[in-house]
Amino acid sequence: MRLREIPITAWVGLFGIALALFCALFAPWISPYGETEVVGNVWQEADAQFFFGLDNLGRDILSRLIFGARTTLIVALAATVISFSLGIILSFTAAVSGGLVDTVFSRFNDLMMSIPTLIFALVVLAVLPQHLIVLILVMAILDSTRVYRLGRAVALDVAVMEFVEAAKLRGEGKIWIIFREILPNTLSPLLAEFGLRFAFAILFLSTLSFLGLGIQPPTADWGGMVKDNKDGIIFGIPAALVPGTAIAALAVCVNLVVDWLLKRTSSLKGGRGDA
Amino acid sequence: MHEASSHLLSVRNLKIEATSYPPGEPAKRITIVDDVSFDLAKGKVLGLIGESGAGKSTIGLAALGYGRGGAEITGGEVKLDGTDILQLGKGGIRKLRGARVCYVAQSAAAAFNPAHKLGDQVIEATVKHRLMSKEEARSRALYLFQVLGLPNPETFGDRFPHQVSGGQLQRAMTAMALCSKPDLIVFDEPTTALDVTTQIDVLAAIKHAIEETDTAALYITHDLAVVAQISDDIMVLRHGKMVEYGPVQEIIEAPRQDYTRALVNVRQAAREEAVDQTEAVLRVDHVSAQYSNGFKVLHDVSLHLCKGQTLAVVGESGSGKSTLARVITGLLAPSSGAITFEGRPLTPLLKSRPRDDLRRIQLIYQMADTAMNPRQTVRDIIGRPLTFYDGLRGSAKTARVKELLDQIEMGTGFIDRYPAELSGGQKQRVAIARALAARPELILCDEPTSALDPLVAEGILKLLMKLQEEQQLSYLFITHDIAIVKAIADSVAVMHRGKLVRFGPKSQALSPPFDDYTDLLLKSVPEMQLGWLEKVLATRRMESAGN
Repeated sequence: MRLREIPITAWVGLFGIALALFCALFAPWISPYGETEVVGNVWQEADAQFFFGLDNLGRDILSRLIFGARTTLIVALAATVISFSLGIILSFTAAVSGGLVDTVFSRFNDLMMSIPTLIFALVVLAVLPQHLIVLILVMAILDSTRVYRLGRAVALDVAVMEFVEAAKLRGEGKIWIIFREILPNTLSPLLAEFGLRFAFAILFLSTLSFLGLGIQPPTADWGGMVKDNKDGIIFGIPAALVPGTAIAALAVCVNLVVDWLLKRTSSLKGGRGDA
Repeated sequence: MHEASSHLLSVRNLKIEATSYPPGEPAKRITIVDDVSFDLAKGKVLGLIGESGAGKSTIGLAALGYGRGGAEITGGEVKLDGTDILQLGKGGIRKLRGARVCYVAQSAAAAFNPAHKLGDQVIEATVKHRLMSKEEARSRALYLFQVLGLPNPETFGDRFPHQVSGGQLQRAMTAMALCSKPDLIVFDEPTTALDVTTQIDVLAAIKHAIEETDTAALYITHDLAVVAQISDDIMVLRHGKMVEYGPVQEIIEAPRQDYTRALVNVRQAAREEAVDQTEAVLRVDHVSAQYSNGFKVLHDVSLHLCKGQTLAVVGESGSGKSTLARVITGLLAPSSGAITFEGRPLTPLLKSRPRDDLRRIQLIYQMADTAMNPRQTVRDIIGRPLTFYDGLRGSAKTARVKELLDQIEMGTGFIDRYPAELSGGQKQRVAIARALAARPELILCDEPTSALDPLVAEGILKLLMKLQEEQQLSYLFITHDIAIVKAIADSVAVMHRGKLVRFGPKSQALSPPFDDYTDLLLKSVPEMQLGWLEKVLATRRMESAGN
């Protein structure tokens, strides 16, 4: 694949993601102030010294935004990747095996989905020790129920195709059928879902932070920053909009890249799931 | 006929183009139909014939002023009763379609809305165009149901599409087209998806209805024998260009072009049958099978196949012939009976079969499209059995894949193509190579040629015969086409509704005395002969009168 073939929208998306990653990796070196350092007055307006102004405690918003990219990206990305791996493996196993395995998996998934996600997360997080890994795993497992649903639906479509039957007749095992025969033919819808789920993961993380169960202060994360500064909006102070815009921009960037990947995977002639 | 207006439909220098968007390349214009001209008088039938991609459907739709899937009519004129319909504009064309020009699609099952009753759909266009009142249209529909020989014409319209058979549905669609008393009907392969025994009924019904209503028709098909029964004139098309155009008799009896000659002579081959040896490579003993819902699909089937020979399994759809193949492969366990392969009993279920047994029995599917993973290249598709059964990797594998590509008469240049980049015939060849890669003893062929154009199908059959000779392969060949049976089989099994009605060497199985079903099947196969349809119908009438 040549670089010239990448459309401009995908470049924009790639650039946005790269910027966020760069911030996350080099936060201590590029941020002008410390993550929790109070450098001026509460909600001081933006000027040459403080690019985005100061927050509700007088901390530099730009610096917190840069540090926040770390936690937000790591948690959201890790949660989405884990939820996808889990959801896809379980759903494909169910679709390929059928029968009892399918029934048990699917009904258990229904059971999980019947409990409101937020309440489930609140209960589990309140009981378990406050740790980043726990947070990521809880988010991933709750999200994987949605992935499971989609994964099983698309995999069932492909699992009844004759080339899968041909693989079974050849005597191939489940692993081969799942990863070599079915997965490549279901990538399109799954990729689209990935972009969406990633954005939702950021939002879910901010919801949890908002309720005091996500990232614990004073560590910065974008959702938490929106919460910290939301009261400012009443007084006409735009501090909450900055991290909000960052979340939106990252979600858009991820989806731009996903759209491009989607086009690439479905543009192979005869590929399934031409969007 | 000195002036063009004496013709109902007159097409001049028709040119149809479309834009294609190949991945990774700039978009390009392709010409689908180039410089095609013909005339059609009232009450006459013109047959358009050609392989897929010849542009025959596109021409048919152009008679409705319609370009499908981005096709644009860019040149020429289509005159209906002297008016060029291409100049009519949207409103004018809308008045035309469904009223004066009607269309009968190939797959009636997909063309009817399953949520509405047949009767309502049959009269819909006629009533919309205000050509008749609802009552008039209903009585017209009733008359047409009678003309088309539908069972219980009075109540037929009250049924839903899923409640009638495929052949009846196709006739209902013809009734829909005839309902508005159109000047012209375009039949787009109306019998291709039907069994031969059903096809003959639908053909007879269509022919009778056309004569009765004095409508002109364009009849599109890829089967010359079918079109010979129904048309007055025939136009042979290839790659969007006219190859030959003339009266039926001339085309069938004295074709001038090589391509037409090839079409007329296709499947004239016949094979000398081999002796029935007592030692069978495959033996099926009293096998019955049923689906998990208890529906019985096979009743006590017993047959055998000798090494290096071909057993043709014949029957219409639903006769259980594909199920038989599924039982042999182990996809469906028989409820009773046993299958012996090379003298040893085969384990009923796939999962418990040793890998070597799986290797020796290979299956070739009807639709090569869906039988190959669209995300794998030819190298992966053919190479996988090599790695899986023989542990070949790297350059040894590549060399063997190239060797196999050679055997199926395709160049090694195809090795990195995806299935979508191959033609229908090439896909089926790759599927054959995949089967060969496993070094099988027995290949089950499930209608491998029925989705292909006649000349391409002939090439595939020749290839299979060549491979059989070279490698002593045994074939169990499932088909509904008697001509293929004559060409390749050593022994024949005829199946009907899950039962084996006839089994034996070809010469015995295909010669009288026949049982009722085999007789019907053999008589229903269209022959490349004028007046064949009338002859068959006349014999049928005589028989029913005699009974």
